[in-house]
Amino acid sequence: MGIEGVGARVARKEDKRFITGAGRYVDDMVVPGMKHAAFVRSPHAHAQIKKIDVRRAQAMPGVIGVLTGKELKADGIGNLICGWMIHSKDGSPMKMGAWSPLAVDKVRYVGDAVVIVVAETKGQARDAAEAVEITYKELKAVVEATKALEKGAPQIHAEAENNLIFDWEIGDAKATDAAIKAAAHVTRMKIVNNRLVPNAMEPRAALGHYDKAEDHYTCWTTSQNPHVARLVMSAFYNVAPENKLRVIAPDVGGGFGSKIYIYPEEIVCLWASKKTGVPVKWVADRTESFLSDAHGRDHVSTVEMAFDKNNRITGLKVDTIANLGAYMSLFSSCVPTYLYATLLSGQYDIPAIHANVRTVYTNTAPVDAYRGAGRPEATYLLERTMEAAARELGVSPAELRRKNFITSFPHQTPVIMNYDAGDYGASLDAAMKASDYTGFAKRKAAAAKQGLLRGIGMSCYIEACGIAPSAAVGSLGAGVGLWESAEVRVNAVGTIEVLTGSHSHGQGHETTFAQLVNQRFGVPIDSVSIVHGDTDKVQMGMGTYGSRSGAVGMSAISKALDKVEAKAKKIAAHLLEADEGDIVIENGALKVAGTDKNVPWFQVALAAYTAHNLPAGMEPGLKETAFYDPSNFTFPAGCYICEVEIEPETGTTEIVQFVAADDFGNIINPMIVEGQVHGGIAQGIGQALLEGAHYDASGQLLTASYMDYTMPRAGDLPSFKVSTSNTPCPGNPLGIKGCGEAGAIGSPPAVINAITDAIGIADIAMPASPPTVWAAIRAAKH
Amino acid sequence: MYSVNYHRAASVADAAKLVKNGDAKLLSGGMTLIPAMKTRLAAPSDLVDLSRIKEMQGIKVSGKTVTIGAATTHFDVSNDEKLKKTCPALAHLASLIGDPAVRYKGTIGGSIANNDPAADYPAALLALGATIVTNKREISADKFFKGLFETALKDGEIITAVSFTAPAKAAYEKFRNPASRYAIVGVFVAKGKDGVSVAVTGAGDDGVFRSKEIEAALAKNFDAASLAGVKVPAKNLMSDIHASADYRANLIAVMAKRAVTAANA
Repeated sequence: MGIEGVGARVARKEDKRFITGAGRYVDDMVVPGMKHAAFVRSPHAHAQIKKIDVRRAQAMPGVIGVLTGKELKADGIGNLICGWMIHSKDGSPMKMGAWSPLAVDKVRYVGDAVVIVVAETKGQARDAAEAVEITYKELKAVVEATKALEKGAPQIHAEAENNLIFDWEIGDAKATDAAIKAAAHVTRMKIVNNRLVPNAMEPRAALGHYDKAEDHYTCWTTSQNPHVARLVMSAFYNVAPENKLRVIAPDVGGGFGSKIYIYPEEIVCLWASKKTGVPVKWVADRTESFLSDAHGRDHVSTVEMAFDKNNRITGLKVDTIANLGAYMSLFSSCVPTYLYATLLSGQYDIPAIHANVRTVYTNTAPVDAYRGAGRPEATYLLERTMEAAARELGVSPAELRRKNFITSFPHQTPVIMNYDAGDYGASLDAAMKASDYTGFAKRKAAAAKQGLLRGIGMSCYIEACGIAPSAAVGSLGAGVGLWESAEVRVNAVGTIEVLTGSHSHGQGHETTFAQLVNQRFGVPIDSVSIVHGDTDKVQMGMGTYGSRSGAVGMSAISKALDKVEAKAKKIAAHLLEADEGDIVIENGALKVAGTDKNVPWFQVALAAYTAHNLPAGMEPGLKETAFYDPSNFTFPAGCYICEVEIEPETGTTEIVQFVAADDFGNIINPMIVEGQVHGGIAQGIGQALLEGAHYDASGQLLTASYMDYTMPRAGDLPSFKVSTSNTPCPGNPLGIKGCGEAGAIGSPPAVINAITDAIGIADIAMPASPPTVWAAIRAAKH
Repeated sequence: MYSVNYHRAASVADAAKLVKNGDAKLLSGGMTLIPAMKTRLAAPSDLVDLSRIKEMQGIKVSGKTVTIGAATTHFDVSNDEKLKKTCPALAHLASLIGDPAVRYKGTIGGSIANNDPAADYPAALLALGATIVTNKREISADKFFKGLFETALKDGEIITAVSFTAPAKAAYEKFRNPASRYAIVGVFVAKGKDGVSVAVTGAGDDGVFRSKEIEAALAKNFDAASLAGVKVPAKNLMSDIHASADYRANLIAVMAKRAVTAANA
């Protein structure tokens, strides 16, 4: 692999600028004449806007413009849309209510943007925002999805009767019902997946700059996919045609899904820049982030899992209600459907599955993909149910899983997915060995002597990554294709620029993508620059989410490298007067195999650009572009085992051991992969023990700061034992499956299975905070 | 933050004068006031900074009598060698407040003047029977803490010091809110010549209070075993998204047990 090639633990190139404070984020961008924006947001969860009086605000010091939704509409700016069409089981299309970038008649959640104020300074903009007088008529609000479906619940959008957006199903209802009827045992559970706030370290921000001379817009924004942002803002929001709109996503400090979507603020900043004649910057403060970033999860489900007399699963029936919040965010509809219900087979051979999913409007922040997106919800539901089933059946949770594992591939599940490769037994074995599973009883007894309740829980997860084959997602309702692009530009001196449609916001692409180039051409990674995040520099690309940058983004790079390699070999063969088929690349040179005849890499590059001596008919230059469309999803999988100790008198849970055994396919940089797993597990443990967005009945977000929303801290987490045992993915040229979301997907059920095991109860709500655990212990005693 | 006029007071007398400006507020460490101003929840016209006033700083120990200047930081309280010998429980309490940055800036006077219902010092001062000294008078702790964020301080009145007689035994234990790391329940136990007193912070719906049930149990025998079976009533305790009143009642007994064990250690 070489010291910088594929498989090497190379330190991240980008970290030097990050850890020295030299990164350049949207808030670091300054353009001449730039002014500052503040948004007036709804303090009510549900209200009619009766009157907006901006006169006092307009007269405040430093104020340049105070703009409302009416003016925005008058200028033809469109409503925000959801880009994935889902049809209900009766064939009707999803009921999408209008989402105006600035609310016009009605506000639907606390934080809904109503007015933008542009002023000389941020402070002046905020002062003036407070002086905007809005008369509201408050309406009754509803925050829980199950309540929003009840008769007489407040009607949030006229388009969606009783707040039901769609009532969708997948799988075979009849076969599943029959399996349940004929079952020797049925395990039934109610599963709640708690709502989370993504909490990227860098809050969202936008800088809109309208250039009057060129009639051209530039938008710096915290985006995971700047080209998608440009496409959507052009095609749907009518901000500007694509050739008149440049979108730049510079360094972005974490996304976890929340920066996939196009939010009102970037649209409004662009529009306001033209309207006021000045560049307009907005940066969210932390509470704005809590209120207005798309939240994650928030499912309520019932599940029935049927077993035959040999403890083999014969059927799985799921009914889910998913809270999508006040508006349909960009990909909100596909999260609880095609990213969720298609994974309900898990690692198991289940002959019949049926899932029904209803999505619902409520007076809460929009809900969309958050690290894992649908797959954590599926895994949590399945793995909690497996654990409960093992306890009910009186069998080992490990052996019940093993008995039901899929062992031959490819495997077609009853819910669309076709698993290409995997070895679930290997991950289970690795995790059980690393956790000394068989020694647990001893450890439990030792803990009991100290008055502690010790429990163990496992989770065998699968996810679908490498999102996604364009034709497949198109047939399922996606409004876009999910391929990726790459351009490899070899300079005349042999250094290389790779322009990628993937976007790095913490993933380390500048290092891993360069490692791939090093592997292929022997060029040092410092001579390889990864260019991304700017629609003026990079050809159209689809961005980073769904653990796709390795499997899809790097596959595109690999294809472009193939083309570069083919041309370089032709040039080398010409220079060395050899046969093209005999040329190999070794140690930074192109050689005639089996001889010492060679030409260094940089000389081939130089020859391509001097063009003094190229093969007849060859174009000068050494630069190639490739688009890669995956043929299938990839299927990372693994087994996580968590061990906890609970202090009964306070209900405090300590995670005393956490083991992760993952199968990610081929790995480019093990250190970065481990970092991804660590971060994912931290977020998964956060969901299980600490985090939860909490709205009161009137729709006020009670957890709108770190005083009330518990983010995991280092001290809350143990030292993780992680390992990988990898079966290469057959679906892409690099054999990569993806590792970005696994930790967040696999860990919550392992933690909750361990806690319920320790207490000896069937279920406990997430987050299993000390008071919740204490109350559960007390209830279990009575 | 709204714009504000900043004044650095040179003396207590100077501060007393300056605080008459507009809608002025006294600033000590600013660990609560500054965040409240940043989020625009507080909007004083003027700030009078007390933190550089010499006469308000430092710890004096004379026999069993301890006097702590109001502008003494938590860090200094936690590290004072004389205090660690005379009343280690209070030094330990100071070491548990917030994080290092908070302890370097936050002060004892600022903490008790704010009287956050989840702050640590009020429990200590109430249990120790401390005296709060102001530029006008002396107030006993049981008269000083009036309720949530309420004290006996009059407008413009400045705390200059707190003093107390060190008890024979004392300790403080708290259970932290996992998000804010303030106390969900904090219990300070003290055994002095006037008997046992036990003060609870973080839990009371009217702020810091003394637990009669626990005091009664410990009066007979100052031992954690005396608390077995003691029930703290959940009535008048806070219930919020972080903890129910029942849970807090349970924690009061648990933290009291731990504090007594620590005090006897």
